[in-house]
Amino acid sequence: MSAVLAAQGLTRRFGDVTAVDDVTFEVRPGEVVGLLGANGAGKTTTIRMLLGLIAPTDGTAFLLGGVPDRETRRRLGYVPQGLGLYTELTVRQNVAFSAQAYAVPPAHLEGALAPVADRLVRDLPRGLQRQLAFVAALQHGPEVLVLDEPTSGVEPLASARLWDRIRAEAERGAGVLVTTHSMEEARQCDRLLLMAQARLVGSGSERYLVAGTRAVAVVTDTWTEAFDALTRAGELVTLDGRSVRVVDRDPAVVERVLAGAGVTARVTQVPATLEERMAALSA
Amino acid sequence: MTYGLESVTVRLGGTTALSDVSLDIPPGQVTAVVGGDGAGKSTLLRTLVGEVVVDAGVLRIPEPTGVGYLAAGAGSWKDLTVDQNVAFVGGSYGLSREAVADRGGRLLERAGLTAARGRLAGQLSGGMRTKLGYVLAMLHQPRLLVLDEPSTGVDPVSRVELWRLISETAADGAAVVLSTTYLDEAERTASVLLLSEGRGLLAGAPDELIAGMPGVITRVGSPTRPEYAWRRGAAFHEWWPDGRPTDGDGVEADLSDVSIVAELGRRVHAGSRS
Repeated sequence: MSAVLAAQGLTRRFGDVTAVDDVTFEVRPGEVVGLLGANGAGKTTTIRMLLGLIAPTDGTAFLLGGVPDRETRRRLGYVPQGLGLYTELTVRQNVAFSAQAYAVPPAHLEGALAPVADRLVRDLPRGLQRQLAFVAALQHGPEVLVLDEPTSGVEPLASARLWDRIRAEAERGAGVLVTTHSMEEARQCDRLLLMAQARLVGSGSERYLVAGTRAVAVVTDTWTEAFDALTRAGELVTLDGRSVRVVDRDPAVVERVLAGAGVTARVTQVPATLEERMAALSA
Repeated sequence: MTYGLESVTVRLGGTTALSDVSLDIPPGQVTAVVGGDGAGKSTLLRTLVGEVVVDAGVLRIPEPTGVGYLAAGAGSWKDLTVDQNVAFVGGSYGLSREAVADRGGRLLERAGLTAARGRLAGQLSGGMRTKLGYVLAMLHQPRLLVLDEPSTGVDPVSRVELWRLISETAADGAAVVLSTTYLDEAERTASVLLLSEGRGLLAGAPDELIAGMPGVITRVGSPTRPEYAWRRGAAFHEWWPDGRPTDGDGVEADLSDVSIVAELGRRVHAGSRS
């Protein structure tokens, strides 16, 4: 099946700054793909080119097989992080407005949204606003979905219910691209794309992306002393419960630092987390 | 001493924002308050800094000058430079100019903001602004540091740096309490309180909470009882309260699973099944 979204050698320069540098990937129907990267890594500029909101300096963006334009954008569903709702309109008016824009009949309001159909969006709790944003973005049966941190701030059970909804869209045949900072959201995706410093530096499962980066776990009764000693030695140290982690470092080096400071500890090498991999990439 | 709340209830404008909530915040470690939007996380933290008055219960907090606070999404003045922010906040705590220069300089360096000292706070990236807010909250060496969603909107790389700062503060002996919606982040704290609709649903060390989860969880392609199942990637996790699954392979629960189980358990208890 052909891709619903594709970047081929996609490049964008702003003056002397290269925001996106030779990025190639695709999102196929039925897939949920996560796009990860630090702020400034180039995620937003990539999305804006894929949606046809800005032109690439080099390379090509494909939306549903063609160059993105008004026609292909009608077959797209987009939920931005700010949700993109009209807060001074009612729930029903928001659904009607977006249905009209896509030339489809307005969706029937169900569940928790039904009793609040005539309330102003600004008066609703954030959780209900998010449900409404999904209804408004999905009612025209889009072939491609672009979601920006779709479950940020949502409690775990409600978040799982939203992922049900997203998965149902994928099973119906939509290709889904999720941009996120959350490792939990990353875990809900079939495949991840990792951007750093304007380039695509990895593509695959979480396990594949962290392969090659190791962390050292330091377990000790006196974690504060271990933490102090390693920080003073200039290591990239983080706290994990009451144990201390050092990213991308030989355990022997860590043992030497701790021994030098008189700290008794058990030092083991463990796989790095995705977050630690990203920190190592931009260090 | 261990700071915290005992059986605290807060009513705000006719609704109960917190109901009989208790939490210990010991020095030298990081304590997390987790839950979704509207669960009561901010209200709880604001009782600790005196911004919200409690209707019942006991607060154990230091005198106001012993508390540092980073409010959600803010913490600095956009139209002032980084240095001006530090000078202004230091002055408001009554610190001498020398103390501000000395301690402020060291904190900015630890936060990686030395090169940004002349820039306007409003022009910093989200991660840098959060770190500046952190520096400002720490200027007067508080014994209790209260951080409201410090990592929301902060990218993963800045988040690692932020955690390094938070860890250092705890290692120096301060009691640190923070709220977060990221459960993987809560897993690295010493102790977690899970709030749901203003009530404490679970409390304890992440490992203990995971070990103490009732029943077992399996990974299944399609759930036998959808009301006990939730999404995990392309598959589902399903909870078997009696520990006797009829389908699927057992999986090791994480804090997210444990929170969902607690919420499901609460709903089953309350007689609602959605």
